[in-house]
Formats: sequence, structure tokens, C-alpha cells
Amino acid sequence: MAQSTSSVITLNVNGEKRTLPVDHRTTLLDALRERLDLTGTKKGCDQGQCGACTVLIDGRRAVSCLQLAVAAEGREITTIEGLADGDQLHPVQQAFLDLDGFQCGYCTPGQICSALAVIEEHAAGWPSAATTDVRPEAGVPPLTADEIRERMSGNLCRCGAYVSIVQAVARAAGVETAQAAPALPQQGRTEEGTAA
Amino acid sequence: MTVTTVTTAVTGAVGTAHTRLEGRDKVTGAARYAGEIPYAELAHGWLVVSTIARGRIRSVESAPVLDMPGVLAVLHHGNAPRVNGDYAGMLGRPDPIVAPFQHDRVPYAGWPVALVVAETSEQAREAAEALVVRYDEEPHDVAFSAGHPGTYTPENSPHMQAETEKGDLEAELAASAAVVDAEYTTPEEHHSPLEPHAAMARWDNGRLEVVDSNQGSMWVADELAKLFSLDPASVRVRSEHVGGAFGSKGVRPHQVCAVMATTVLHRPVRVVLTRRQMFSLVGYRSPTAQRVRLGADADGRLRAFDHQAHCLTSTVHEFVEPSAGVGRVMYDAAAHHTVNRVVPLDVPTPTFMRAPGEAPGSFAVESALDELAEKCGMDPIALRTLNEPDAGPVSGLPFSSRNLLACFQEGARRFGWADRDPRPGLHREGRWLLGTGTAAASFPSGAAPSTAAVTAEADGTFTVRITAADVGTGARTALTQIAADALEVAPERVRMRIADSDFGPAMVAGGSMGTRSWAWAVMAAVSELRERLSLGGGIPPEGITARSNTAEAVGALPSRERHAFGAQFAEVAVDVTTGEVRVRRMLGIFAAGRIVNPLTARSQLVGGMIWGLSMALHEEAFRDKASGGHVGADFAGYHFAANADVPLIEADWVDDPDDDDPVGIKGIGEIGIVGVAAAIANAVWHATGVRHRHLPIRPDRVLLAGAEPGGGRDARSRR
Repeated sequence: MAQSTSSVITLNVNGEKRTLPVDHRTTLLDALRERLDLTGTKKGCDQGQCGACTVLIDGRRAVSCLQLAVAAEGREITTIEGLADGDQLHPVQQAFLDLDGFQCGYCTPGQICSALAVIEEHAAGWPSAATTDVRPEAGVPPLTADEIRERMSGNLCRCGAYVSIVQAVARAAGVETAQAAPALPQQGRTEEGTAA
Repeated sequence: MTVTTVTTAVTGAVGTAHTRLEGRDKVTGAARYAGEIPYAELAHGWLVVSTIARGRIRSVESAPVLDMPGVLAVLHHGNAPRVNGDYAGMLGRPDPIVAPFQHDRVPYAGWPVALVVAETSEQAREAAEALVVRYDEEPHDVAFSAGHPGTYTPENSPHMQAETEKGDLEAELAASAAVVDAEYTTPEEHHSPLEPHAAMARWDNGRLEVVDSNQGSMWVADELAKLFSLDPASVRVRSEHVGGAFGSKGVRPHQVCAVMATTVLHRPVRVVLTRRQMFSLVGYRSPTAQRVRLGADADGRLRAFDHQAHCLTSTVHEFVEPSAGVGRVMYDAAAHHTVNRVVPLDVPTPTFMRAPGEAPGSFAVESALDELAEKCGMDPIALRTLNEPDAGPVSGLPFSSRNLLACFQEGARRFGWADRDPRPGLHREGRWLLGTGTAAASFPSGAAPSTAAVTAEADGTFTVRITAADVGTGARTALTQIAADALEVAPERVRMRIADSDFGPAMVAGGSMGTRSWAWAVMAAVSELRERLSLGGGIPPEGITARSNTAEAVGALPSRERHAFGAQFAEVAVDVTTGEVRVRRMLGIFAAGRIVNPLTARSQLVGGMIWGLSMALHEEAFRDKASGGHVGADFAGYHFAANADVPLIEADWVDDPDDDDPVGIKGIGEIGIVGVAAAIANAVWHATGVRHRHLPIRPDRVLLAGAEPGGGRDARSRR
């Protein structure tokens, strides 16, 4: 019996329905880049380690290199190309541009998509590894520089634009603050063996 | 044409912050990198690399793979087009990696053995993974050490003197009141630009067209012409956007294989390297083992300076990581010896990686200076101030400008250095021991001949054409500012076109020489254009174009020690019960000539400093002695700094004028990384009292070394 190795699928990308036949092996990343000519989503490692291919799937950030295109059917996909409103940049894009939150620009679309999700995740009260008080009644933690650093750490930048990336995310989130030296977490064992 | 008398008319573009010209395209995803431009009938090439570290290819069993769906060709040593790898290019004879598939020898693990080309990348990848290659394996040796029996001292080259020597080292060491004699090691490090190497090649009306990601399109075009015995005018290489390079993006197998495949298949072919393949195909920084001996009088004045640096290279090509160059610029002594030695092994050839030589060399020398300061009971900045040379320690030449001490003074003031208690291991905050450290930085400021063309258009705008490359440096924007000021017009009236080999020869983006060399050519062309425009008359529809070539002017530069300098400061927190080291803040103050665009310059300097942090604490590629290949050749196995590893880092600069220099720009691509690892290691000593002489300062190394207030302990080298 002949096995089918391709399917015709419909992807909902940036609010537009796109129907295309895909090889079942095709990742969402390759479908976007090679089939839909949406090359803004970048391929840095192709194995989920760098974050350059980050897109929003149903509003949540995901690395598109670890997602098969056929599995993305019926879901709402937002890529870097879907963020600006005509000539009007999204506030996160504008902040990255103004504060020079990039150099070579290759990790940038992934950073920006991630930043969008970071701001929403934070506003929804999601804690991170940098959140000091994770009790439900503690409410939304302040979006400190440390919080941004931790939440943006799935997106590698080899040019080393992290300092201005943190500033750009803070500006876009409306929490622009001076970056103090990071607080030193004191949880865990001290030399005397007592909890700090 | 006079190019030495360029006047700098200031309209205010240079020295003011400008966001990147291509910034909007980069934040919207519109900027297209090399692997992102669609072509009709595009085929996809996927490389297959060797799984053995030494031997011969017995067979490439391509028949079953050719039967797989979509597969168009399997190129290997038995059928690939012949190329001429025996030529002298910009950097001399090429690394044989640029001539793949020419013989059956395998000189290291990860050597290209075949290229599978298919209709789609999925088909090419599956076929490449299915391809069986059989080998006759031979014993290999990949174990690097300073005492390796194969070690040799290379010949002097125009780029580098292998060894320099003056005075009686042993006598001066014996007469010294304080002596430091220590060995420092740095591991194998990889450039890891986020954009993998990618190239599309096609034949278009008798011309070879290559869309590539590189640091110099003219350089790549010239080498491809030589490799394929083509008329240079028939090769065009473009590289509009480059997703990071750091020394790795020259001529590499991806372009060569794409050209071979398009020549065989008569259709456009794109070859993109995988992240894993990049670990063996695009070069890397050699591990180093460095012995530094310093001898000084009790007041800290140096009597003896000895730096013996070892690196590795492959068995097929010599590349020397010139770590011992640092002392030739930074410190003088009555007895002065520096040498770079090489160990050939069955490994890929290393190459230039951000601050080649200075990055690992400064870790050793600037750590040793800190140890000497401790032994002399001196402040580390005072020790460096005392030993500031008047002229090049080896060359005897005057410095074009040397504002290192101004960097230390400004840095110390802003960092709060005066409040520092020099004794180690005393400052505690909860479970953390805190410490601060400093180190000096230097990097050569060279220039290379370049050409440029500037056109006065009939509509009142200007177009500049130069084969520059913007690898994330902001070169496109900086050159626009330079051109605008030279033309005395607003930057908006200047159209900057770069990265196209048809624009003629120009320096590559490398050696911190790009912007300096290109700016020179642009200023010279503008000067010529303005002379012609001053004659009056209208501008014809095709415009008026002036061209420059700075070869003569660059050659006429008087011999000087030309370098950028800097002072690095770091504060660390160390938890000796977990081994964790956190960098809490860093400050770098630089003297790097004229800063063209403060916004992008700061980004580049801070980026370099983050590389230094990453080198100090994270980066280390592991080579398995049994297989000869890497363990964990990916971003899970090869760590570089992520956002959460990086605190607030500040970079700034002091005035560094050089009125005798026709450009006044020194280049800032590499100076940022230099000295950072030493500043951090010195800060870890200050926090814990333990000297870490082996990078990276991993948690296990910290944990095993513990802490000893009062100092005196050394962390042992453990793999």
C-alpha cells in the first residue's frame, strides 16, 4: 500500500489562511520560510536551543523548528511579519529599533516575538525563576530587569545585545527603570548551612 | 588625486547617535539574509562530513541515495568538479577546507566527504543522513598540550613575528625581588554566529552569481575565481545582510559546494550549514596553554617579561593564534621574550576569532600582572601606570596615540575603585563572596587599501558604492554618517550601497580595520567628487562619479604603534558552596580614536565585553580523544552567555585624538573582549583568594578550589 508522505494543510498565519501541500517532515519553521516566503522567522540551530525561530502559536511563544507544519493546522500563528500595523511598528519593535536592541539582526525577530509573550505572561501573573514571591496571593511580580533577563533567556544573541534588549523590553512594557546591579538570590544553603 | 589631504567638514552626523539604516527591516523581518532569497528551480545541497578523525575514504555508496525521492546528485571525491586549491589569496595559501572532494584523505572529524543535492531540503537532509561512507581508519591524535612532542615554532610571516627576544631573561628574573611564573590555559572556542553559513550559487548569462553570508564579498569572489579558474570579472558575490560573523565568515565549503553543484546541475543551488557542521567547517579559536614569567623590583618596575604561548593547528594548514603579541605592545622590560608555538593535530584548522591573540593572550598577561601586584603589595592600576612604556617595547616605534592611563583613571572614578580594600576574601553578602578586578586592553588599529565610488545624482542625492560588509557592526550607518559629513549634506541625502563585489576591492570586515579602511576610501572619493563639482556645470542624468583607491595613502602612513586601548572593570559574586560565579556589573572605558556612531559603538563594545564574560565563565568546546570529534557540538553542549548571565554592562570612551591620522577612526570590533576574562578572574581572586588560571571558571573548578581568605590558593586544571 502506498503511504502518503505529504498532505495539503491550511495554516492560519498573521490572520491569513494559507493552503499548501507539505512534506510531513516539514517543520513549521521551514514551511514559513521556504513555502510561504515568510523569512522573517530565523533558523539559528534547527534544534530548539537558540530561540531565533520563536513565533506565537495561539498567542503563546513557541520555537517553530520543533513543531511540524502539519501539527500547526488550525492554530493561530503570528510571526514577526504580523506585528506592525502598516507602517506603524509594534511598540516592542519600535523600542528595539530606538534602543539598538540588536546588531546583526538575526536573532531579533525571535527576541521580539518572545518579548511580546514575556510582557503578556508577566501581566497574567506568571512567575519566573527570578520571581522572589511565588505565592498566588503575591499578585503580579514587578517586571524588574532580573525578571526580564530570566524570561528572555530562551533567546540567544551572539552579538551580545542583551543590555539594550532588557531596556527595550522594559520600555515596551512601560516599566522603564535604571538597571541596578542584579540582586543576589539568597535562597539555598549558606556556608553555615542555614537557610538565608 | 590626492587622498592624504582629505579635510573633514563637520556637519554633525559623525559623533551623534543614529539608529541603524537597516534597523526597520531587521525588526520587521523584512531584511533578507543569504539563505532567504527565493529562486525558481532552486535545489538544496546538504553536506555529509566524516565520522572518523584520520584515514581514507574507501567508498561513498551513492547509488541507493540517488534512488531516493528528489535526489539530484551526490558529489564526492570521485566525481566532483576539480578545483585549484594551490593559490595565494588575500591571506596567503588557503586552508584546504576550501577545496573539498578533491582526494580521499580525511584529515579530521567533520571533514566534508559528500554533498547531497535534492529538490527540497527535507529530501536532501534525509538522503545525506542515509548516505553510507566507508573508511580505512588510521590512528589519530587530538590531545593538545604545551609539552606535545610535535610542538614547533612557526616561521615569521608578514602578519606575525613568531618570536621576539631582547636582554638576559634568566639574569633579570634572578635579580627580581618579585617573580610570577604561572601557566594559564584557555579552551577551544567557537564563533557561533546566530545565522548559519549559507550561500546560493547560480550561473547567469555566463556569470557566476553567489548570494552569500560573508565578511567580504570581493574577498570571496576573488578566491572563488582562483579556485574555479575563472576570470575575476565573471564572478559576482553579494552579502547584503550578515547574521553575525566574528571571523568565521570567509571562504568556506558552503560557497564552494554551491558553486560545484550549480555547475553540475545547471540550476541555482543553495547550501546551508547545520549548527553541528559549523563546529568543524568554519574555524574556531584554538585552545591555548601559556606560560607567563614576570620579574619586578620591589617597587613593581618590570625587569623581566616572558610570554610563551602554545596553540594548535591542523595537519593540513597552519594557523597560529598569536597570543604572545600582547606584551609586544603593552609592557616593556630589560629582558623581554615572547613566542607563539604550534602543535599540529588531527583537528580542523582554527582561524581568526574576535580578537585573535589578544583575547586569550590578555587573559594570561593581565592575570599575571594582577598576581604581580599582589606580590608587590601594589594596586593593580598603580602597577600598570608605573610600567607604562614610552614606545613600542619590541618595535621601539612611538605610539600614534596611547591613552590607556586616561581609561584607567576615568574607569576607576566611575567604578569606585578607590574604595576597594585590596585584601581578598573579605567582602561577604549572605552566601556570596564579592570581589572586583581590573585589566588592560589593547588591539591593533590597522588600515588596508580600499576603493570606493561616490556619485552625485541629478536629483541632488548622493550614492556611495563600496564593497564593505555590515556584519552587525553598524558599518552601513557609520559610513553614511562619514559620507554625509564629508559631503556636507544631511545623511538622508546619502544612499549607501555595500557588500557587492562588483563595487571593487575593499578591506573585509575584520581585524577591527573595516570602518577605518572604508571610511578612508569614502572620504577620498568624496574629496575627489567635490573637486569636480567645484568646477561648476550641471549634473548629467547619469550623475557624476568619483572613485578612490587608498593603496598609496595607506602605504604612505608613517610607521607607528597604532592601537586602541581600554580599561576593563568587573565585580563578581562567588558562592563557593555551589561554585557559581555571577558577574554583577562591568565597566569598560576605551580610547579608540573617533567614535562615529555612539549608539552602535556602545552596542559593539558592550557586545565584545559580553564575549569576554562568556569566555571567562561559559565557553568551552569538548573534543573526545577516542573519536577525535566534538562532544555536544550544539548550543546545549557549547554554552555562551544568555540574557540572565549578563548584568548591566557599561561602555564609554575617552578622547583619543590623533591629528596626524587622516581618518582618526581606530576600530572597535575587538577591543571590547580584550582583558575582560582577566578582569573577571582577578575579581574572582579578590572575592575568594583563589587564582583561577584555567578558563572557563566553571562551578566544578570553583567548588574544588574552595576559598581561602588571605589568598595563596590556586585552582588546579581539571578537565
